Amino acid sequence: MIKIERRDETSNLIYFLTPVLAIFLTLVTGAIIFYLLGFKPLEALKFFFITPISDLYGLSELLVKATPLCLIAIGLSFCFKSNNWNIGAEGQLTFGGIVGGGVALLFYNHEGFYVLPLIILAGAIGGMIFAMIPAILKIYFNTNEILVSLMLVYVSKLLLDYLVVGPWSNPEGFNFPETRQFSDSARLPILFEGLRIHAGIFIALVSVFLAWVILFKTYLGFQIKVSGLSLKTAKYAGFKGKTMILLVFMVSGACAGLAGVGEITGPIGQLHRMISPEYGFTAIIVAFLGRLNPVGIVFASLIVALTYLGAETAQIFLQVPKYTGQVFQGMILFFLLASDFLLFFKIKFLGFKKYEY
Amino acid sequence: MNIDINFLGILIGAIMASSVPLILAASGELITERSGVLNLGVEGMMIIGAISGFALMVMTDNLFLAIIGSMLSGLLLSFIFGFLTQSLLTNHVATGLALTIFGIGLSAMIGKDFVGIPGKEFPLLFVNFKEAVPFFGPIFFGHSIVFYFAFLLPFGTSYFLKKTKIGLIVRAVGDSPLSAANQGINVLLVRYCCILYGGAMCGLGGAYLSLIYTPQWIENMTAGRGWIALALVVFATWSPLKVLVGAIIFGGITILQLHMQAMGIRVPVQFLSALPYIMTIVVLVIISRDSRKIKLNTPTSLGQIFYKEK
Repeated sequence: MIKIERRDETSNLIYFLTPVLAIFLTLVTGAIIFYLLGFKPLEALKFFFITPISDLYGLSELLVKATPLCLIAIGLSFCFKSNNWNIGAEGQLTFGGIVGGGVALLFYNHEGFYVLPLIILAGAIGGMIFAMIPAILKIYFNTNEILVSLMLVYVSKLLLDYLVVGPWSNPEGFNFPETRQFSDSARLPILFEGLRIHAGIFIALVSVFLAWVILFKTYLGFQIKVSGLSLKTAKYAGFKGKTMILLVFMVSGACAGLAGVGEITGPIGQLHRMISPEYGFTAIIVAFLGRLNPVGIVFASLIVALTYLGAETAQIFLQVPKYTGQVFQGMILFFLLASDFLLFFKIKFLGFKKYEY
Repeated sequence: MNIDINFLGILIGAIMASSVPLILAASGELITERSGVLNLGVEGMMIIGAISGFALMVMTDNLFLAIIGSMLSGLLLSFIFGFLTQSLLTNHVATGLALTIFGIGLSAMIGKDFVGIPGKEFPLLFVNFKEAVPFFGPIFFGHSIVFYFAFLLPFGTSYFLKKTKIGLIVRAVGDSPLSAANQGINVLLVRYCCILYGGAMCGLGGAYLSLIYTPQWIENMTAGRGWIALALVVFATWSPLKVLVGAIIFGGITILQLHMQAMGIRVPVQFLSALPYIMTIVVLVIISRDSRKIKLNTPTSLGQIFYKEK
C-alpha cells in the first residue's frame, strides 16, 4: 500500500534539491528520446551538454546566452513571487531593444562616453513602459495580465519588423531588413579579445545583487512575498496592492528591456528581426528552475543557456533540429513542477498490512 | 448590384472559415475551464495538432486518419497537463506555459521534414450549392465537414452544460469541487475528462489550419491563435454561444486586415497584422471592466489546486 500525506512543513533542503532531481530526470528522458531517434544516448548527451562548454569560446558563449536569461528571470521573479503573471517578457525585451536601438541610431555618427549609458537607460525605460500596459490594465480594468502581456509580444515584434523593414532600415543596406551598425561607443565593451562575452554580464550580476537585497532585506520584498503567499493577508495588513502590481511589472519590464538592449549593443550591434531567440519565454523556465531566488536564478540561467548551446552543437554533429533545446526546456519545467509534489507531500510505503479499525 | 452581394457572401464565408480554429479551441478550453481547470497550453496543443495532422496526412495519405490523429495528439499532450495538475497538484499557470513551450518546440522538431510539402485538397461539402445560391451559397455551402462541426459545436456545448446531467456535474465540479466530491462525484475523473476533451478540440483546431485552411506546414503556424482562443473564453464569460460570436468577430478582423493589405491601403502591413492582437486587448478591457460580471461567471474554482485528504 502507498499512502500520500501532506507534509506539515516543507524542508529547505528538498526545496533546492528538487530542481537537481528535475534536471536529472530531464537528462534520463532526453537519453531515451535520443535512443528512440536512433542515436547513442550517452554520446548524444555528451554532444548536447559537454562538448559545447569544453573550450574557452564555448564557456564565453554560455555566459553570453545566460546573461539575458538571468536578467529577465530576475525581473520575472518579482512578478511571480507576488502572483502577477507577466509572461510577455519577450515583448518587453523587444520594445526595450526598439527604444534603445532608436537612441543608438540617433547617435550613429557620434562618439562619446555618454552614448552607451543613454542607450541602456532608454532600453530599460522602454521595457518598463511596455510592461506598465498590462499592469495598468489589470489595475484599472481588471484585465487578465497573462493574455494582455502575451498579445503585446506579437505587437512589439510586428513593430520591430515594421521599423527594420521601413523607416529605420539601413540606407546603404540594399533593402536588407536591418538597421545601420551602431557606432563603437554605442557598443558594450568586449571583455576578452576574440570572445563574444561582453560587459552586459555586469549589469546582470548587479541586478542579481539588487534583487537579493530588495527581496530579502527590505520591507518591499516582504510585501511582495506576503502577497504571493496570501492575497487576503496582504490586504488585511494594508499593503497597497495596486502600487505593488505596477511596481513589480515595472521592475520586470525594466530587466527585460535591459536584456534587449544588452543584446543589441552587445553581440548583435544593430537592430534586425531576430534580436532574441525567445529569451523572454525561456526566462520563465529559468525563474522557476531558480526557485524565484536570485542566486538560484544565476545557476538556472547557466543550465538553461546550456540547452541553447547544446541544441546548436547537436544540430551540427547529430543533425537534430535546434528546437530540441526548446523540448528540453519544456521538459525541465514539467519535471520541476512534478517533483514539487515531493515538497508538499510525502509518500509512505506501508507494506501490505491488513486494515485496522 | 448582384456582384456586390455575392462578394459580400464570399467575404462572410471567408470570415466564418477563419474563425473555425478559434471556435474549436475555445469551445474545448471552455469545457476545461468550466470544470475548474485553467489550461494555458492551448497554443501548444493546437500546434501539435497541426503538425501531427499534417504529418499523418503525408505519411498515410488518409485525411480521416490525419484528423483523428491530430485530436489524439492534442489529447495526449493535455494528458501530461492533467497528470501534472490533477494528480501531482502542480500550478495550473506554470504547467500550461510549460506545455506551450514544449509543444512549440516539439512541433518544430517533428515538422522539420515536412516544411515545403504541399498539402492535399480537403473534400468540401455541397459545392454545387455554393455557386447556385446567390449570397447565401458561399456562406453556408462548399465548406469542409470540420467547418460544419465547429459551427454546431457551441450549440452542442451549450446544451450539454445547461440541459444534461453530466453538464451539471461538470459545472458543479468547477464551482465547488469540495461539495461535488462530498456528493460522491469523482472530481478527478471529471476534470481529467474535461482536460482531455479540451486537448482533443485544440488538436482539431490546429489540424484545421494545416489540413484545410492553409494546407501546408509552416513553423509556428498557429501564430497566437491559441492565446486568442483563451481570451475568447474570457470574452464569452464562459458561455459557449458567446464564443461563437467572439470567434466570428476575430475571424472578421483577420479577414478584413488581409483584404486591406490586398487593397493596398496605405497603412504598413505590420500594423494591420497587429490588429487581431490589439483588438484582443481592447476586447478584454471592455469585458473585464465589469468586474462583478466576470466574478459572477468565472467558474469559482478556476485554476485552483484541488486536494482532498483521503
